[in-house]
Amino acid sequence: MSRLAIPKTYKLYIGGKFPRSESGRVYEVTTKEGAFVANAAKASRKDARDAVVAARAALSGWSGATGYNRGQVLYRIAELLEGRRAQFIDEIATTEGVTRTAAEAQVDEAIDRWVWYAGWADKYAQVAGSGNPVAGPYFNISVPEPTGVVAVVAPQAEGSLLGFVSAVAPALVAGNTVVVIASERYPLSAVSLSEVLATSDVPGGVINILTGSPAEIAPWLASHADVNALDLLGAGELDWVDLQIAAAETLKRVSPPENGPDAGAPRLERITAFTETKTVWHTKGLL
Amino acid sequence: MTIDTASAERAVAPAARAIEVIGGDLTEKSLRRYLEGIPGVDAVGLEQRAAALGTRSIKTTSKAWALDRIIELIDLTTLEGADTPGKVRSLVAKALVPDAADPTTPRVAAVCVYGDMVPHAVRALGSAHANGGDTGINVAAVATAFPSGRASLEVKLADTADAVRSGADEIDMVIDRGAFLAGRYGLVFDEIVAVKEACRRENGSYAHLKVILETGELNTYDNVRRASWLAILAGGDFIKTSTGKVSPAATLPVTLSMLEVVRDWHRLTGEKIGVKPAGGIRSSKDAIKHLVTVAETVGEEWLQPHLFRFGASSLLNDVLLQRQKLRTGAYSGPDYVTVD
Repeated sequence: MSRLAIPKTYKLYIGGKFPRSESGRVYEVTTKEGAFVANAAKASRKDARDAVVAARAALSGWSGATGYNRGQVLYRIAELLEGRRAQFIDEIATTEGVTRTAAEAQVDEAIDRWVWYAGWADKYAQVAGSGNPVAGPYFNISVPEPTGVVAVVAPQAEGSLLGFVSAVAPALVAGNTVVVIASERYPLSAVSLSEVLATSDVPGGVINILTGSPAEIAPWLASHADVNALDLLGAGELDWVDLQIAAAETLKRVSPPENGPDAGAPRLERITAFTETKTVWHTKGLL
Repeated sequence: MTIDTASAERAVAPAARAIEVIGGDLTEKSLRRYLEGIPGVDAVGLEQRAAALGTRSIKTTSKAWALDRIIELIDLTTLEGADTPGKVRSLVAKALVPDAADPTTPRVAAVCVYGDMVPHAVRALGSAHANGGDTGINVAAVATAFPSGRASLEVKLADTADAVRSGADEIDMVIDRGAFLAGRYGLVFDEIVAVKEACRRENGSYAHLKVILETGELNTYDNVRRASWLAILAGGDFIKTSTGKVSPAATLPVTLSMLEVVRDWHRLTGEKIGVKPAGGIRSSKDAIKHLVTVAETVGEEWLQPHLFRFGASSLLNDVLLQRQKLRTGAYSGPDYVTVD
């Protein structure tokens, strides 16, 4: 007798919980050939709103943690990703229609990239900050601080896990909390990553993952007054100029889309893109 | 539980409403017989009814109306040990102009403060102080050893009289929950009657009396219903759920059960009693559920400041964010309202 397979429900990840979409909608995730793989939740603007509330609530804790602590927490995610390699490889091979070897290479690169970013958590401030010479008996120090809640449109093309990691990790390193719209066509690795996050040490609300249509959700995040920055890394196919205009209404920091093979390549600028520089003056002892 | 005969036969204060409903020989015993004769509450039915009323979808123009009405019904409250005259002044400023970015925002119904802060609130309100009139903002003061109510009657009366003398238009008193739970209804009754008398101003008019039942300490819906009747019989103008210092505070089923008493009282005597849920209502969504419950239970004519109030502090900001969302079409954030 053949066993009845138990298909998985792919849900959203908001505030450390796995809710269905408030709208009750789902959409089909298919293989490259169009065969049904799974139903994923189709997030609505209200899910985006709830995600922003969760991200805001998590901000003080995450940005207040020491860089060293954040680095440890992020590194632990890489450990857990490693443990789930097989699952990610399966999902990528099924939905993106690539060979197992290519899928393995993608997962390995994603994990390595995560570790690379994790390492920066307690180091980027030394590189991006500075001690400024001033004409007077003062220490003058500039340090980067997290911008706040960052809304991210993850890369939409193949390479879904690597693109997702490239989009999310740098914002987290600096102490921002994120609301990320995953790849619409290939959302499974993002949802599986949320299961990794739920069992890691990342506080709920630091990363909030929405699956669904970026064209539908992104404008709400771009105009949301409680979102501080917008990373349009994977928004190249959207009407992203309009998103920038909406974001300008509340003076958001916006990072434009990137295309091509080097899109979202790991670099320090991706981290410092969502930081604000704070400069303090402090008197020197005159003895 | 038995009460010794002497106290059972003790006459309680002759409050007009109680005499009309119970009869002339008001004693602890007759009061007790009346209150315990009130049918019990179907707790499951009550909670289901409240949950069903909470599922109504209020959108677009109805929502805009509801949000404005919620603001008009708010008793903007600060009841902290750390309150200062400066904090009361900023509370009053917020009550006068809730949203500086939108002058069409209505004003709240009242500010609610501790008794010693009443003079500061009155001074800060200036000509906007209602002072018994129909327009303007009232000053409500909590009195009678709020929030516990553990003080002698003399102290409670002095507390009340002091707040009224300072210019309070409304007095929020707490009942003696210990006495109520021990079955000493007469004691609670007398206290409310005495406080009501202490609300009398020199010119013979009365400050509005809100009676706080502190439902979080009454344990059962039956007790809430009984305490509501008791407070109304003794002369309360408003019945209020909670002090906000005890959890659970104002839940929808509790407010519903109090509204049912108010409805029954209206049917019995034609008199309209106010209801004030306080504490725990932080979101516009919760507040709208309360509006629906009021409209469906006692009728829409109760949705005005002299018959229904929200005791709240953080609710106002959430309502303002919702208003901003309706006005601009984009979600707003806490950076766009005041920090209280």
